[in-house]
Amino acid sequence: MTVTAAAELSDLRSFLHGLPGVDKVGVEARAAALATRSIKTSSKAKAIDLAIRMVDLTTLEGADTPGKVRALCAKARRPDPADPTCPPAAAICVYPAMVKVAAEALSGSGVHLASVATAFPSGQAPLEVKLADTREAVADGADEIDMVISRGAFLAGEYTRVFDEIAAVKEACGGAHLKVILETGELATYDNIRRASWLAMLAGADFIKTSTGKVTVNATLPITLVMLEAVRDFRARHGRIIGVKPAGGIKTTKDAIKYLVLINETVGDDWLNPDRFRFGASSLLNDLLMQRTKLTTGHYAGPDYFTLD
Amino acid sequence: MFEYAPAPESRSVVDIAGSYGLFIDGAFDGGKDGNVFKTVNPATEEVLAEVAAAGPEDVDRAVAAARRAFGPWSALPGAERAKYLFRIARIIQERSRELAVLESLDNGKPIKESRDVDLPLVAAHFFYYAGWADKLAYAGFGPDPRPIGVAGQVIPWNFPLLMLAWKIAPALATGNTVVLKPAETTPLSALFFADVCRQAELPPGVVNIVTGAGDTGAYLVQHPDVNKVAFTGSTEVGREIARAVSGTAKRLTLELGGKAANIVFDDAPIDQAVEGIVNGIFFNQGHVCCAGSRLLVQESVADELLVSLKRRMATLRVGDPLDKNTDIGAINSAAQLTRITELSEIGASEGAERWSPECTLPDRGFWFAPTIFTGVTQAHRIAREEIFGPVLSVLTFRTPEEAVAKANNTPYGLSAGIWTEKGSRILAVADKLRAGVVWANTFNKFDPASPFGGYKESGYGREGGRHGLEAYLA
Repeated sequence: MTVTAAAELSDLRSFLHGLPGVDKVGVEARAAALATRSIKTSSKAKAIDLAIRMVDLTTLEGADTPGKVRALCAKARRPDPADPTCPPAAAICVYPAMVKVAAEALSGSGVHLASVATAFPSGQAPLEVKLADTREAVADGADEIDMVISRGAFLAGEYTRVFDEIAAVKEACGGAHLKVILETGELATYDNIRRASWLAMLAGADFIKTSTGKVTVNATLPITLVMLEAVRDFRARHGRIIGVKPAGGIKTTKDAIKYLVLINETVGDDWLNPDRFRFGASSLLNDLLMQRTKLTTGHYAGPDYFTLD
Repeated sequence: MFEYAPAPESRSVVDIAGSYGLFIDGAFDGGKDGNVFKTVNPATEEVLAEVAAAGPEDVDRAVAAARRAFGPWSALPGAERAKYLFRIARIIQERSRELAVLESLDNGKPIKESRDVDLPLVAAHFFYYAGWADKLAYAGFGPDPRPIGVAGQVIPWNFPLLMLAWKIAPALATGNTVVLKPAETTPLSALFFADVCRQAELPPGVVNIVTGAGDTGAYLVQHPDVNKVAFTGSTEVGREIARAVSGTAKRLTLELGGKAANIVFDDAPIDQAVEGIVNGIFFNQGHVCCAGSRLLVQESVADELLVSLKRRMATLRVGDPLDKNTDIGAINSAAQLTRITELSEIGASEGAERWSPECTLPDRGFWFAPTIFTGVTQAHRIAREEIFGPVLSVLTFRTPEEAVAKANNTPYGLSAGIWTEKGSRILAVADKLRAGVVWANTFNKFDPASPFGGYKESGYGREGGRHGLEAYLA
C-alpha cells in the first residue's frame, strides 16, 4: 500500500466511523412501531398502485430461459391483463445473459431493464471481469445495473478498495443507473450498514439496495430504515437524492405497505416514486394484484386468476 | 403525498351505561346523598356517563367493607390470593380491547397507546404480583411479613387503569384490602375493573371503588380506619396529604410530579435519540409524571439534533384518539389545557423561542399542538415547573459535569435519560443523577419487575418490583 493510499483509507475510515451510531434496540423498535400503521380503503388502493409501479420484477434463477424472460416482460408491461387501469411494473431484473431477450421484449414499453452484473451474487471475481460483465449488460440494453460490493473487503476494513470498485463500475455503466447491493445480511451490524450506505453513495451509487436475495437475511424494515436515514442525511449534506431498494423476502402487500409507511415517515414525498424507491421482488406482484382486485370487487380471486410470470 | 385514510377502532366493543354507582362490598350502588358528576370524552366533549360522587357516608361504608373483608382475605394462603390475581390478569387480557377503547374514550389517549402500552402493562402487573403472593417470606422483608390493613388509594387521570394496577395488585398480593378513588375526569375504567373483580369472584369488600372529586379523596385519606395511604398525583396535593397523615399511624407513599432531564451527548445515536425525545415528551400527550420535559443537549450537536427533532415532530399525527394511526390524542380536561396554555405563554413571554409543526387541530374537544421551546435556561419557569403536557424545553450544555449539574438542579427527581454510545459514560452519569429511574438510550419504558419512584418533591416510596411490596407490608 502506498503512502497516499494509506492516507486516503485513513480519511475514509475516520469519516465512516465518525457517523452517528445506530442503536439496535431503538431502530428495531421504531421500525416495529411504524409497522403498526393501519392503511385502509382509499389509502390502501393508492399504496397498492404505487407499490406495483415500484416493483423490479425479478427472475434470477440458473434455470431462466428466454421464454420465461419474455413472459415476465409481458407481465411487467401489463401486470393484470383483465384490468387496463393497472399500472406497469418499474423494471425487469435479469442476469446479463438475458438482457438482449428482455430488451427486445420491453422495447417501447417504458419499463426499465435492470441487470445484476459484477459476478452476482457473490461478487467474488476480479475487477476486470466485473467491469466486462457490466459493460456487456449495458451494451445489450440494460439501463440499470445492480452491482454487489465485496463484502469481504468491506468487513476487512478495505474501504478504499470497495470505494474504487464501485466508482469503476459506475464509470463502466455509462448512462445506466447504478444500484449498489450492500448485502446487508452479511454486514452483521447496523453501524456497518450505515457506513456501507455512505460508502456506496460517496462512490457514485444512484441507488443503494439491501440484498441479493440469495442469503439468509435479506431486506428487513429496520435495515431499510437505517438506509433511508442514510440517504436522507446524504441529501442534506450533498444535495443529491439517492434511491433505496429493499430486495428479497418481501412477498405480501401488507409487507410492501409497511415499507411505504417507512418512507413516508422517514424521508417523505421525494422518495415515494419509482425513481427513488423499488421493491426487488418476484412473488410480491401477484399478491398486490390479488389485493387490488379484492379492493375493487370486494372479494378475493384465487391464484389462478393471475398470471404465473 | 401518502395520506392515511381514517382507521378508527370500533366504539361498539365497549358498552357504556348512562350512569354508574359506587362499588362497595362487591356490589354497585348509588351514593347516599345522590350527588353525581359527568365524565366527558375530552376529544369531543361528549358526556359519556353520570357517575356517583361519594360523600363521607359512602367512604365510611367502603372503608367498613374493606375492614370486614381484611380478616378473611389476609388469612388466605398466599397461593389462594395469587389465584384471584391470576384470574383478574387473565380477564383483563381477554377484555383488553374493550378496556383499551374505554380508556381512550374517557382519557383522550391514542388507542395505539392504550392498546399496546397501557393494557399489556396492566395485565403484566397483576401477573407479576400474583407471582409474589405466595413468596412474601422470601422477599427480603423478614420471614413472616404481615399486611398493613385497609389501603386508601388515590390515583390520577393520566394512566387510569395502569395506576390502578400499580396500586391494587401489590396491595392484594400482600393481603391488604383497598378502597380506591379514581380521578374525577377518568372514573370509568376503574368501574369496569370493579366488574372484572366480580367476574373473577373476588370476595366482596376486598376491592372497593369510590368515585368523586378531591373532597372524596381527602375524606378517604383522612379516614381513621385507613391504615395505609397511597397517592399518585400532583406535588401540591401530595403535600396536603402528607400534612393530613402526619402524626397518625398511617403509612404513606407518594408518587408526585417530575421535570425530567433527557441528556443527549454528542456521540449519541442521533436518530434513536430523536425517537427517545419524542417518546419522552409526547407519549400520552406529555401527561406523564416521568416525562422527559427538559432536553439537555450537548452544544456541539444541538443544531443538528434540533433539525432532526423538528422534522420528526412534523410527522406526528394529532387527532381522533380512536384512530389507530393517531400519535397524539386529546388533552384530558379543559382545566389541564388552560394550565398548559398558560405556562406556554409564560415561556414565550420570558423569551424562549416557541415552535410547533403545522397541524390542524379538531374544532371540538381539548387539543394542544406538540410544542418545543429552544433557548431555554434554568431560570425560565418552563424549565422548572411541571407542565404536564406536550411541551418540551430545550437547554444546552458543554461538559458532562454541566449536564449533571443542570439535570439535578430541579426540585423534582423522578426520572432522567442519557443518550450516548459510550457505556462508561452511561454508568458514570447515571450514578450522579438524583432521579429514581434513569433510562439509557431509551425513555419511558416500564416493567412490573422494575421499581419506580422519586427523590425530593417527586415523592417517596417505591412502586413496582420487589420494592413495591414493602409499602404494603408491616
